[in-house]
Amino acid sequence: MKHLRPVNRKARRIDEIISPPAQDVEALQNRNNPAPQRPHFPMGCALSFSPGWEVDSAGGTAGLCQPVERDIYDCYVTCFWPAQVPDHLNNYPDWASKCATATKDWRNLDLVFP
Amino acid sequence: MIAEATRTYRAGEYHEFEGRGRRFLYLVPAGAIFEVDEFAGTIIDRLADGEASHDELIDGLAAKGMSIGDAEELVAELLGSRTLLAAGFKPEAVQEAPAVFPMQTLVMNLTNQCNLSCQYCYEFGADKVATPDGKPKFMEMDTAKASVDFLMEQSAGRRTVHITFFGGETLMNFPLLREVVGYANQRAAEFGKSIDYSLTTNATLITPQIIEFLSENRIGVTVSMDGPKELHDKLRVFSNGMGSYDMIAPRVKALIAGHRTRPIVARVTLTSNVTDVIRIYRHLKEDMGFHEVGFAPVTSTPNQLYSIQDAGMDTVLGQFKQLADEYLEYALRGEMHGFTNVSDTIAELYQGVNKSQPCGAGLGLMGVGPSGDIAPCHRFVDSDTHALGNIKTGIDREKQQEFLTRGHINNKYECSTCWARPLCAGGCHHEAYVRYGNTGHPNLHYCDWIREWTDTCLRIFGTLDAQNPQFLETFAERKAL
Repeated sequence: MKHLRPVNRKARRIDEIISPPAQDVEALQNRNNPAPQRPHFPMGCALSFSPGWEVDSAGGTAGLCQPVERDIYDCYVTCFWPAQVPDHLNNYPDWASKCATATKDWRNLDLVFP
Repeated sequence: MIAEATRTYRAGEYHEFEGRGRRFLYLVPAGAIFEVDEFAGTIIDRLADGEASHDELIDGLAAKGMSIGDAEELVAELLGSRTLLAAGFKPEAVQEAPAVFPMQTLVMNLTNQCNLSCQYCYEFGADKVATPDGKPKFMEMDTAKASVDFLMEQSAGRRTVHITFFGGETLMNFPLLREVVGYANQRAAEFGKSIDYSLTTNATLITPQIIEFLSENRIGVTVSMDGPKELHDKLRVFSNGMGSYDMIAPRVKALIAGHRTRPIVARVTLTSNVTDVIRIYRHLKEDMGFHEVGFAPVTSTPNQLYSIQDAGMDTVLGQFKQLADEYLEYALRGEMHGFTNVSDTIAELYQGVNKSQPCGAGLGLMGVGPSGDIAPCHRFVDSDTHALGNIKTGIDREKQQEFLTRGHINNKYECSTCWARPLCAGGCHHEAYVRYGNTGHPNLHYCDWIREWTDTCLRIFGTLDAQNPQFLETFAERKAL
């Protein structure tokens, strides 16, 4: 360790565990490589976010990297969000059946009146 | 459609402290102490304001003139030591202790009788947990032998075991003590273990013969003594109310002069009117000649007249800090100061202990009463509520497990965010029982005090590391192996 100096016995043990052995040439070579790619997170509210869900850099929706309309499915099926969309599980299973491609068919999505 | 989450980091769990201008981190829950350099310091400062992305940290370091490779390495070091945590990091559960833990120390209460009537006594006072009615008052040799055998058998692979003699007043049963030492030496030799002894006494019954025996057998002695006459005699009295100072002072001096094989320690109980730590220390160390002096506030329910209230604790802590400064001056010169409260904490910091239980009670340490009942420690001896079996029938493993589960740090919710938990683990089981009626309750009445004291000792540790690291090496040998 270069920037942390172990001071007590427990710290020295941590140092031994995380420092690569000096003779390990391969480990030395790998040191400056970028960190390995992380796994792609599955869809879900907690770990992922979709760019383009609010406004672009100019404050409008024209420059978003995804069309705003596709956001509808982030709240429907993949991650049901009752405040935004009708409930597809019990009451409105066919709400999106006329909308195959959100960016083109979004006009077919209608309001519901529970 | 959905972007990969960016790598963001947050600060790990640590307590920062300083020693002679250097920055140190006490990492929780590992108990590790690291000194951090300027670059690591900038990251720590940044994380104090909340989460940061990987790129932001690297850019910040680059702006300070660090190469990208070096910056990546620093971040890796911080991640590896868990100074830095990746978003979503979940700590592992605390390891469970092995179901059967080898015994190391047996505390034998040779008698539950005492010739003093100290008001605050946890064995006889208002808050006592003992229920000695109908039980033997003095331990018999067959119980003592069974206890020694129990220690030998239950200590499995340990090379060294320890017996502490306790009471009541221990020396009221000196004939048994003498016999037990002979028997235990013989049994230890058969088991190929080394054994050592200590005892706690009020010093009223010490005679030249006893001193000679204690010295010859290298028996460590702790004397319960509360300071100069005026303070000592407030609560450490005979049943007629007469103070015990005049009786013990010459005996203690003779003990210290005659017993040359082990340090003689004074153990002070602080109460509402006995809080003048420095004066007590000076008297016991300089006038009486004790090698070491340790202090602890009385264990009691809060409404006892002698219990220390918050203001009193502030006085105590203030004086503890003054004595701790003096300890540091001594240590910087390479000399040992006699204030054991600092040495004990430094010894634990040196190892980097990380406790799941506050102490060894019910784990590697047990108490045995005159009746042979096993208790988690000497403070619970003779209590039916807390008995964990009997020396003749063995440990009741179910009750022991119950006791340990209650006391486990995992079950002390309030402790889960406290940085001092590796050392404290919620504090004394007995204190908790007296205060809250549950041995597993965290001792919330002294949290602030523990944190401040631990911080004081960490600063001493850091300063010594910077200026006299050799001194810290005196703590390299573990007390218990």
